[in-house]
Amino acid sequence: MAPTLDIEGPAAPPRLNGELVFDAPWEGRSFAMAMALVEDGWFSWDDFRDHLIAAVQRWESAPDGEYRYYERWQEALESIVAERALVAGSEVDTLAEAFAARPPGHDHGDHHHDHGGHHHDHA
Amino acid sequence: MADSTNTAERLSPAVRAEALESLLAERGLVKSEVLDGFINRFVHDVGPMNGAKVVAKAWTDAEYRAQLLADGTGAIGQLGFAGPQGEHIVVVENSDDVHNVVVCTLCSCYPWPVLGLPPEWYKDPAYRSRMVREPRTLLSEMGLDLDDDVEVRVWDSSAENRYLVLPQRPEGTEDLSEEELASLVTRDAMVGVAKVGSD
Repeated sequence: MAPTLDIEGPAAPPRLNGELVFDAPWEGRSFAMAMALVEDGWFSWDDFRDHLIAAVQRWESAPDGEYRYYERWQEALESIVAERALVAGSEVDTLAEAFAARPPGHDHGDHHHDHGGHHHDHA
Repeated sequence: MADSTNTAERLSPAVRAEALESLLAERGLVKSEVLDGFINRFVHDVGPMNGAKVVAKAWTDAEYRAQLLADGTGAIGQLGFAGPQGEHIVVVENSDDVHNVVVCTLCSCYPWPVLGLPPEWYKDPAYRSRMVREPRTLLSEMGLDLDDDVEVRVWDSSAENRYLVLPQRPEGTEDLSEEELASLVTRDAMVGVAKVGSD
């Protein structure tokens, strides 16, 4: 099912007018979580899209700072996993609080993208 | 060091994403390697070159072109390009009289299998609203000036359809191979905010 793709050769140059796909590692993680959950059938893409549209509209009805697409994406992802009873919002809040309270140097929240669920550094 | 950041900052989307991944992984709902695979695929493999190959083939093969315009998803799938957000791709063709441009006013839908993930400007609220309201002005600001007698058609992506613009083949490219033609085709031309140049 995965497409076979050339990444080199004469057809590659159009990539040159591309740009970084993700501004920060977490954006890729958030993107990929949605992809993986859709692929495994936990929700459909169209259902995720409805949540994404709702998240975008919430921001647009009360713009707050700079518009960041993947922030809306993350918000949509949190709302759909809560709706499907996969992960409650309060669980994300609690663990995010704990991660955010890690000592400086460990993480300032923008670069860390630990691969897995093995955190034992709850402050 | 005392933590003096406020709650909103501490609960940045980065840390929320990390927390969510951690919780999903604990429950066996996502695997880190699978996520890495999706990221690698979209960062390194899928990109506008897929769409460029589709366009170049349509330029050189009339039968394929007809098929592409009749059934975008099917014709694109024949080249091996399929996947999420590629289920309903409609190809719209530019001509001397008609210029097509694509937007997603609601949420930035985009034909990933042929163009990769969208650039920053495509997701921008200003692009999303202005392309519908004042496409000529916005296109001009983006460097594409269209003659007044060219009709501009703006295609708003939906749950049903994603759009890919089939740009006009530039003049003077009669001797180029399909591969050489593909190298001329840009992402912006396939979204409809630019034309394809001959060099």
